[in-house]
Amino acid sequence: MDRSSPSRFRRSAPFVAVAAAAALALAGCASAHGGKKAEEAAQNASAGKANTPRMTVALVTHQAPGDTFWDTVRKGAEAAAAKDNVKLVYSSDPNAGNQANLVQNAIDQKVDGIAVTLAKPDAMKGVIGKAEQAGIPVVGLNSGLSDWRKLGLLEFFGQDESVAGEAFGNKLNTTGAKKIVCVIQEQGNVGLTQRCDGVQKTFRGTTETLYVNGTDMPSVRSTITAKLKQDNSIDTVVTLGAPFALTAVQSVGDAGSKAKVATFDLNKDMVKAVQNGSIEFAVDQQPYLQGYLAVDGLWLYKNNGNYSGGGVEPVLTGPAFVDRSNVDKVAEFAAKGTR
Amino acid sequence: MSMAQRAEPAVGTTPPASGPKDSDGRTARRPLALRLLARPEVGVFLGAAAVLVFFLIVAPSVRQGSSMATVLYQSSTIGIMALPVALLMIGGEFDLSSGVAVISSALTASMLSYQLTLNVWTGVIVALLVSLAIGFFNGWMVVKTGLPSFLITLGTFLILQGVNLAVTKLITGNVATDDISDMDGFGQARKIFASSFDVGGVQVKITVVWWLAFAALATWVLLRTKYGNWIFAVGGNKDSARAVGVPVTFTKISLFMLVGFGAWFVGMHNLFSFNTVQSGEGIGNELIYIAAAVIGGCLLTGGAGSAIGPVFGAFMFGMVNQGIVYAGWNPDWFKAFLGVMLLGAVLINLWVQRTATRR
Repeated sequence: MDRSSPSRFRRSAPFVAVAAAAALALAGCASAHGGKKAEEAAQNASAGKANTPRMTVALVTHQAPGDTFWDTVRKGAEAAAAKDNVKLVYSSDPNAGNQANLVQNAIDQKVDGIAVTLAKPDAMKGVIGKAEQAGIPVVGLNSGLSDWRKLGLLEFFGQDESVAGEAFGNKLNTTGAKKIVCVIQEQGNVGLTQRCDGVQKTFRGTTETLYVNGTDMPSVRSTITAKLKQDNSIDTVVTLGAPFALTAVQSVGDAGSKAKVATFDLNKDMVKAVQNGSIEFAVDQQPYLQGYLAVDGLWLYKNNGNYSGGGVEPVLTGPAFVDRSNVDKVAEFAAKGTR
Repeated sequence: MSMAQRAEPAVGTTPPASGPKDSDGRTARRPLALRLLARPEVGVFLGAAAVLVFFLIVAPSVRQGSSMATVLYQSSTIGIMALPVALLMIGGEFDLSSGVAVISSALTASMLSYQLTLNVWTGVIVALLVSLAIGFFNGWMVVKTGLPSFLITLGTFLILQGVNLAVTKLITGNVATDDISDMDGFGQARKIFASSFDVGGVQVKITVVWWLAFAALATWVLLRTKYGNWIFAVGGNKDSARAVGVPVTFTKISLFMLVGFGAWFVGMHNLFSFNTVQSGEGIGNELIYIAAAVIGGCLLTGGAGSAIGPVFGAFMFGMVNQGIVYAGWNPDWFKAFLGVMLLGAVLINLWVQRTATRR
């Protein structure tokens, strides 16, 4: 969502009203609230609330709209904000220049802390310097592991994509895979490329790359099918996002291939697929944890002067593997959309 | 019969055959082959055939029947939308909201069925109404304001993009819908929208059948019905069309609603094929639909085009898209290959028409 004025997040009554009206128009009936009530009940089950003075934290990410991954990051941040008596201002834009403007916007609002993703560190450098001049602590999350210290960030919460890729490759070695195809759903995305490179580094078999159009599922499905038919020695399909893993399972069926599917990232439907064995394993960088820790880290710094990771080392949230051995434990949390 | 004749000059961009020949220059004098070549769909047919032959040569795995089924599947999901988009373009208008409208429809059906625990057919029907309403809104705004449809549908595009996300989040608490595959009616709906059937050992997706059926229907409507004439007339010159009694408002609004119908159909395919829908999908596809229509010989300015042309346009896009993968080329160049192949195919298309219409 392209929210150019994050301050409106709280007083977004007109927006909510319009959205609600649209929701009602779409649902045609008010009883849709049943589902939402249950959802809220599940979310409100979190711990008690801090009695520290209210502070404002801006979370500025490079999320593209409507991606399940970022939704989980935001849920983590919201949970921490609720617990810490923090007012969370969320905004995002996949365009690096626009994201920098959103950070500037947060500085103008004189927030008490900024959590930011560094998908394109160079573009963010200037504005992060301004935040520091203004005395606003900045923490990094998700992407920018190799740059957060250079930019003078307080702390960093995320997964080293290369390390995750390497761990993934090692895990593949234990499954007896010989030839894999690494499916990239967004051409030119640095983090996704690092994952595939990491896999290639440790995986002892052959790795090929395939680009698909991530916003068009039928196209994703047929492109993976085509690849499996073109090269029937491929025994494992590696996807970099949960929805693509589920689609890859269908492609394997379409192609009449025996390939297995393994993936980065997790969502609620994926859990079922791991349980029934159609997906071998998923590497989980725990996006909920990234959002949660970033907000909580800023709160700790303000109220107790703490540095997570000692201010020199990143706090790694992944790679955690989810496979048949531990999927049942994860399932109950995934059902709430928090894993 | 007069209907078909009136449609004729608009269908083929058959030139007035400036004839320094002995005859009075009527097209009937020109050789049949050239007259055929002058039709826009023949050019794109040859372009598509060239792409097909090219990949049959360079990519051995394309030669399997099952590979062709995959290519046709990809083409069909583009092609089903490219058809109404092409009709709309012949009628002189654009729809930039068609890509996200597909996802709006799928989200509506999915969330309505899940949240109220209804038979999924209820969701499917409500989604159809919503899609038609979106089309009606686009058409009505265009006709009432007289603004370019580019602007109106750009607005709708942004609105739908935001609503898709916000409403999904509001209702499900997530940005993707819940899995509806275990609900009543899902199996039936999947049979209609997302099943496949066996042809000589090859699994063919049902969307391919729908695509070709819709194309046949659209061709008949365009060439053999009064409504088809109205489409050409409003796209050619709205004011003179109105002057001769063509219901311009009705025609334009109904064309936008037809795009809504297509969006609904493809949206249902997405839903019943993948069980859940991510609210951020669909962006960018509108340009692919328009590209398929333009490659298929529909003029960007309206008033000319066919329904069969976009079928080949969509096929060409699907063939190039999958062919590159079948050929096993370096994937870093994927988009560049795609662009070069499409441009090449369009140039063949253009060259064929120029050659055919020169004399």
